[in-house]
Amino acid sequence: MSIGEAATSLALLTGCVFVLLAALGLWRFDDLYSRIHAATKAITLGVLLVIVAAALRMTHLDDTLKLILAAIFQLLTAPVSGHMLGRAAYWVGTPLSPHTVVDQLGPGADDGEM
Amino acid sequence: MEIVAVICHTMLALSALLYVARVAFGPSLADRVIALDCLLITGVVAIGVEATRTRSGTYLDVLLVVALVAFIGTTAVARFIERQSQP
Repeated sequence: MSIGEAATSLALLTGCVFVLLAALGLWRFDDLYSRIHAATKAITLGVLLVIVAAALRMTHLDDTLKLILAAIFQLLTAPVSGHMLGRAAYWVGTPLSPHTVVDQLGPGADDGEM
Repeated sequence: MEIVAVICHTMLALSALLYVARVAFGPSLADRVIALDCLLITGVVAIGVEATRTRSGTYLDVLLVVALVAFIGTTAVARFIERQSQP
C-alpha cells in the first residue's frame, strides 16, 4: 500500500466516523437545537474529509476541481441551513430541553445579566 | 482499498438507519427536516466513497446536484415553518 493510498484510507475512515457520530448525536440528544448543532457541524467535517480523500485519488484535474467546488459549497450552505431552521423552529415555539440554563431570547431574560 | 470501502459503507448504512429512525420518531417538523437533510448528505458521502474506490469521476455531477437539492429543500421548508408562525 503506497503512502497516498494510506492517507486516502485514513481520511475516508475518519470522515465516515464523523458521519456516524453526527447520526448518533441526532438520535441521542433531547432537544431540537442540540440536534441541529450535532448534525450540521459533525456532518460538514465528515463530508470535507471524504471529499479531500476523493480529490487525492482522482486522475483528471476537472474531477478534482468539481470536488473542491462541492467542498466550498458545503462549507457555505451547512451553517446557513442550520441557522434558518433553528430560527424558524424557535419562532414557532419548539420547546427547549429541560436542562437549558439560560434562554436569552425568552421572556424572563435580562439583557446580558446572567 | 476495497476493505476500507466496505467498512465505510457499513458505517454510512448505520448512520442512515439512525437518520431514518429520527425521521420516523421526530417530535417536530424541524427534526424531520434536519434528519432528511443529513440523509441526503449521507448519500453525498456515499457517492464520494464510491468515487474514491473506483477512481472515476462519473458520479461527481450527481454529488454536486444532491448537495444543492439538500440545501434548497432545507431552506424552503425553514421559510415555510417561519411563515406559519406569523399569519
